[in-house]
Amino acid sequence: MASLQFDLSLSLRDFDLELALDVGRETVALVGPSGAGKTSVLRAIAGLAHPARGSITCAGDVWFDSAQRIDRRPEERSVGFVFQEYALFPHLSVERNVTFGGGRADRLLWRLRIEHLAQAKPTELSGGERQRVAIARALARDPRVLLLDEPMAALDPHTRGKVRAELHDLLRELELPTLLVTHDFEDAAALADRVGVLVDGRLRQVGPPAELLGSPADPFVAEFAGANVLPGSAEAGPNGLTSFRLEGGHVVVSADEARGQAALVLYPWDVSLARTAPDDSALNHLSGEIVSLVQVGNRMRVRLPFLTAEITAASAERLELRPGEHVVASFKATQARLLPAD
Amino acid sequence: MRRLFAAVLAVATAIALSFLLLPVAAIFLRVPPGDLIDALGRDVTRDALIVSIKTSAIAHAAVLLVGTPAAYFLARHRFRGRGAVLTLIELPLVLPPAVAGIALFAAFGRNGLLGGELDALGVQIPFTQAAVVLAVAFVESPFYFRGAIAAFEAVDGTLVDAARTLGASPARVFARIALPLAAGGLGAASALALARGLGEFGATLIFAGSLQGVTQTLPLAIYAQFEADFDTALAISALFIIVGALLLVTLKLYGWLRFSSIFRSRFATSTSS
Repeated sequence: MASLQFDLSLSLRDFDLELALDVGRETVALVGPSGAGKTSVLRAIAGLAHPARGSITCAGDVWFDSAQRIDRRPEERSVGFVFQEYALFPHLSVERNVTFGGGRADRLLWRLRIEHLAQAKPTELSGGERQRVAIARALARDPRVLLLDEPMAALDPHTRGKVRAELHDLLRELELPTLLVTHDFEDAAALADRVGVLVDGRLRQVGPPAELLGSPADPFVAEFAGANVLPGSAEAGPNGLTSFRLEGGHVVVSADEARGQAALVLYPWDVSLARTAPDDSALNHLSGEIVSLVQVGNRMRVRLPFLTAEITAASAERLELRPGEHVVASFKATQARLLPAD
Repeated sequence: MRRLFAAVLAVATAIALSFLLLPVAAIFLRVPPGDLIDALGRDVTRDALIVSIKTSAIAHAAVLLVGTPAAYFLARHRFRGRGAVLTLIELPLVLPPAVAGIALFAAFGRNGLLGGELDALGVQIPFTQAAVVLAVAFVESPFYFRGAIAAFEAVDGTLVDAARTLGASPARVFARIALPLAAGGLGAASALALARGLGEFGATLIFAGSLQGVTQTLPLAIYAQFEADFDTALAISALFIIVGALLLVTLKLYGWLRFSSIFRSRFATSTSS
């Protein structure tokens, strides 16, 4: 059974972090705001930080156990660590970086398509190339666990998508227990089989990305997954639906059951925009002036005073949307999810 | 008003520069180059040169050998009293050399702290070449320590972490990562310490005396020849100036090369990405 199991209690500067996870031959992403202690978890697993309490076991091998006073040194654990900013040795060539821990470089360099860079120095490489060297180096000793700290953070926005797809394929192919840390939910959802949301040292929810999107455990998880989270109060509405009064005074209906203080969770891509309210009473309508328009790839994020909508760039073009103009945002009652307030 | 201020700045700069350069220039203007070379061939100069090279080499090797791992330890570890240790290391920098000489006497002299133990071993240090080595090492080591600690502190700790996750023992991390990455700073600190050691005068005079061919180093020879044969004193001084200038130029050149190589690689990255 090749898996990484840990149950840790780490004392950080502002709070204590408690986290237990069992990572099989899969990629698990830990996401959360910066300062949530994500990197400390990776460092503890690698043996670079020392938990106050707990245990770390890899494929039956005990790496750390506070009860038994076991704390193996980093060099005695079998970890491939890809550091944030990659931490390549600047005075060594790509090849000698990769073989620093022993082993041969040629097969890995070929596999990561950087064999032509074998003699280059890290300072001569682009961000994407550096990332591959760091991964090749981490894999050179055939580690039993792969740890990636913000692997996408040092990349240019325009190479991000491509690098992300390649990293996704590589991680699938490796079938190693992989723990990845990122502050970006999109990266986590694209790369990982399961995503865990870490806030203030506690795991709020862990599950496949679709599950986090579909049924977020709390408003924070929903907001982190990219949803609009609007506070308000819920009461019984018509036709067995729930009537939800937003803080601004607007009333919308939801198919979810809730009473009292709650949060409305609505994904931007579930909102459609129109110049005038469509003649469809089954829909919720909220109108307002456009605050800003930001194009992300082929999509347009349209910010209104109370929510953000995401529509295709083509429809934004067709509607001739401009900041300051009046639009109507519509969404179904089934898309307006209600969660108890934080 | 503005022009007056500019004039004040210009005059101050001119005075400072001439004050620093005039004595140096005087040494070379006072004696013809041929006489300088003759003076360097005299016994007293040759003896002093040999004593200086020998004692400096031993002292410097010892400082590097002990100082480098010690500096690495102090740069990498945080412990209670670290600040006090770093301050103590720098104490010899602010001591008058004569005080250093007396202190060495108090420690290693016949009636000193370790005098009894050394006597029992049949070892006598004051007024021997070993005393010169100790005096030189004592005054030059803070220069090396300071620079070496700073050089090791400048090595990115993440690189050390990365090496350890790749299975490297602490000794291998030191040899393969820390040492090569700190090499520039270590070299600069080493050169500075060497220059200070070669110029050591006061502590050596008190602790080792000035015996030609035994403890008389170049600076002591200058002092001894000052009244006997001023030209020889001038010649040795000229030698120091030349060696010192070469050392400085090497250091600056090295710094400049390093800077330009960093600049080149940054530039290469930004154009290729």
